[in-house]
Amino acid sequence: MIWQALTLQLGYNAALVALGSAALGIAAGAVGGFLYLRKRSLVSDAISHATLPGLALAFMVMVALGGEGRFLPGLMLGSALSAGIGLWLVGRMTARTRLPQDAAIGAILSTFFGAGIVLLTIVQTMQAGRQAGLEGFLLGSTAGMLRADALIIAAGGAAVLAAVLALRRPLLMVAFDEGYAQVNGIGVARMDAALMALVLAVTVVGLKIVGLILIVALLIIPAVAARFWSERALHVVMLSGLFGGLAGYGGAALSATAPALPTGPIVVLLGFALFAVSLLVAPSRGLLAAALRHRRLQSRVHLRQGLLALSRGEPVYEAMTRRMLRRAGLTRPDGQPTEAGRAETARIRLDEARWQALRRSDTLTDLSSRDDGLTLIDSVLTADQLAALDTTLAPRGAT
Amino acid sequence: MSMRLARPGTSDKAETSPLAVRGLTVSYGGDPVVFSVDMTVAPGQMTAIVGPNGAGKSTLLKACLGIVKPLAGRITAWGKPVARQSSRIAYVPQRTSIDWDFPVTVIDVVLMGMYRDLGLLRRVRPQHREAAMACLDRVGMRDFADRQIGQLSGGQQQRVFLARALAQQADLFLLDEPFAGVDAATESAIIAVLKALRDEGRTIVAVHHDLSTVEAYFDRVFLINRRRIAEGPVSTAFTTDTLHEAYGGRLSDGFTARRA
Amino acid sequence: MGFEFVALSLPPMVIGTLAAIACALPGNFLLLRRQSLIGDAISHVVLPGIVVAFLLTGVISTLPMMLGAAGAALVAVLAIEAIRRFGRVEPGAAMGVVFTAMFAGGVLLLEQSDTSSVHLDVEHALYGNLESLIWLDAVGWASLVDPSALSLLPPELFRMAGVTVLVAAVVALFWRPFVLATFDEGFARSLGLPTGLIGLAIATLAALAAVAAFDAVGSIIVIAMFICPPAAARMMTDRLGAQVAWSLGFATLSAVLGYVMAGYGPLWLGRTDAVSAAGMIATVSGAVLLLATLLGPHRKHP
Repeated sequence: MIWQALTLQLGYNAALVALGSAALGIAAGAVGGFLYLRKRSLVSDAISHATLPGLALAFMVMVALGGEGRFLPGLMLGSALSAGIGLWLVGRMTARTRLPQDAAIGAILSTFFGAGIVLLTIVQTMQAGRQAGLEGFLLGSTAGMLRADALIIAAGGAAVLAAVLALRRPLLMVAFDEGYAQVNGIGVARMDAALMALVLAVTVVGLKIVGLILIVALLIIPAVAARFWSERALHVVMLSGLFGGLAGYGGAALSATAPALPTGPIVVLLGFALFAVSLLVAPSRGLLAAALRHRRLQSRVHLRQGLLALSRGEPVYEAMTRRMLRRAGLTRPDGQPTEAGRAETARIRLDEARWQALRRSDTLTDLSSRDDGLTLIDSVLTADQLAALDTTLAPRGAT
Repeated sequence: MSMRLARPGTSDKAETSPLAVRGLTVSYGGDPVVFSVDMTVAPGQMTAIVGPNGAGKSTLLKACLGIVKPLAGRITAWGKPVARQSSRIAYVPQRTSIDWDFPVTVIDVVLMGMYRDLGLLRRVRPQHREAAMACLDRVGMRDFADRQIGQLSGGQQQRVFLARALAQQADLFLLDEPFAGVDAATESAIIAVLKALRDEGRTIVAVHHDLSTVEAYFDRVFLINRRRIAEGPVSTAFTTDTLHEAYGGRLSDGFTARRA
Repeated sequence: MGFEFVALSLPPMVIGTLAAIACALPGNFLLLRRQSLIGDAISHVVLPGIVVAFLLTGVISTLPMMLGAAGAALVAVLAIEAIRRFGRVEPGAAMGVVFTAMFAGGVLLLEQSDTSSVHLDVEHALYGNLESLIWLDAVGWASLVDPSALSLLPPELFRMAGVTVLVAAVVALFWRPFVLATFDEGFARSLGLPTGLIGLAIATLAALAAVAAFDAVGSIIVIAMFICPPAAARMMTDRLGAQVAWSLGFATLSAVLGYVMAGYGPLWLGRTDAVSAAGMIATVSGAVLLLATLLGPHRKHP
């Protein structure tokens, strides 16, 4: 069953939804990547919650005009309008008042959502509203989706993805370096507006599948996960798109296999699994790597400092340092250096003396920024430079 | 060569120094930003911590206060762990580290310096208020007591911070770039207050940026560039040679020429 | 009007007001710490908390559900902090990761388990059931001095009142350290204050208020009350004490006005059905904030 789902053999609609959701996931991941690099991830939370009043109002208007309240394009238009107003208000509040952005986001999110709930209770008392199923937009539902709706979602996902691809260069430049982008004639404000429009589009297209409470996850989680793997903006965005696509596709496919597997939560949890793996095992920023690096750094620092103290005939102050020296076989239990310890001490003392000579020299002094206490000078200088430096060394013992 | 683990002279001083640092190394996750630094602050003197950008000056100060956690090292104040002496130490953080939009007034900020007296619930009595006003007076800010701090100029904000430190009635004052971005009037007001404190026998340590005023303002210098470069009276530790060693090619030639 | 008001409207109005106050109090500190959205995160993770509590105990009863919600809130706060610090992830994004994932987990568990027979659903957690917190034993205003009738007030009222008093007491007791650690963390550390613990305490207070409130009034009010009244209050004054007082006033105003508009507004407009009180209270608080941002004397940066 799962295999069939993943290979799109569960019917035309399910396949369409899975493909649409994959396209949406890629687009959301990439857009979210830009959003994260611009440090605006949670704006998406305000946008998604702010869709609710528009959704309900659009339903009421369409019914009042004698139409079908559930007409998806109409609902999407309404939600886009109210989310747009919410976004505009967040911007105005942050710019014109002393409110910080997070408070503006929270205020808009809760107020619009509250108003949306009020409108929903009105919809529920309308004759046409009872079976409207607008609540489905809270958590998303793909069960029993109309063919036309599935087509709209697939097309919408593809359209957003195309827009992201078209705008990738200027977006990347703004995310990478605002000033540089400005100099190159890219309007930062315009690109930010374009980015917000993309976020809005992702949200509106994703409402039906993932639901408005969880759509933010698709914009945030893949980006945060991707950031662990790379320091380069382009790679982060690409990887984020990949993660988003995997989550979107896998989530939609899995949820088609059983009725009790709602699409939105499955998509989000798949994304979270990718995040958790990234957090733990990513090579440089991951937790395991960081913990290992910290331990290694700590032991290098303590060993070096211990040897330094020994070479100056000073006491080794810290118990941890003494323990590490002993464990490395550099000191005996009584604190006196072993044969190996004496050799190491001499090496460290020479290195220290050379760094000092380098700092004092006229020609090599710029390289002193490479001295972090742990880098051996042999790895910084060429053999010739080292030899020249050594001629300026004070006689042994005077350091 | 003998490797006796006898205590050299410097560590005896650590027992009495208002602030003694031994083997301090700090890293923010990457390479050390401060490496194996020893520092012994002389009591009753004004010491400038000087070094190029990114040399670890502020980090050194924060580590001394326990605000950042070191990888290695031991820090004592008057021979005891700093945490046990915090009532005798006043700290003036970098002005830019604060949210100046915060809804407090100038006098409220100064009263924060009396937290140790006031504790959780003790009422602010007229004598507390008077003491706070006296601190504001010393920095020339009495007339601003009821202003919200965001309405002050940069120099005025810095003076308020100094007034808060005065209210702590400490013996050791640690200041992080007290002259950064302040007007000339504030700079001379602050230095006058600091010198008066020194003359009362208190110890001042300030991270300082402006090399041209080191000699006029300070008694001692601690030159740092990740490592300790030099430490001592301005006349011996603040020389063309030590500056060259600390700043390398990054020091403007004009300055060294003028000093030479 | 007397009987109907005392029996049907007064208890929910009082409960709504207490909930609003309990949330607005820590909300002031969250606002100044740039952590307003932690309220949003906490109110989302209440759902998985109660679902897990239900699955573990098999019954719908208040205590285990509140414990579950509180546990989930604490897990969320700690997870956000851990991801932020150890993963070096920006705080907003760390929040977004944690609360969406936990909420999704809650929804999935709910769908997977057979809870259709019991009153436990997403909408309940969102809107609460403010309108149903009525006092059937009231016969009129006189019931307010009748001990036997008072003892039959909805239990939510006593619970909410207790939590509100507790939150207020903690804020009053630790006012100085809370202010110090929020205003100038470095300075607070130099005084020897445990700033990390203080941050956690403020988040825990917020969680406590959120958990007590969600059961009675739903998550929407919780999010709105954490943010809107304190934010509006910030526009009115430049002193923290006054800001807190304003925020409590705004919270009360939003709760009372919102409840009245939800219950009676539609009737005045000629409709028969009331609208969601929780939603309306949130909406009113937003309207109050909007007015404050347009007219408040201290709305702009100095």
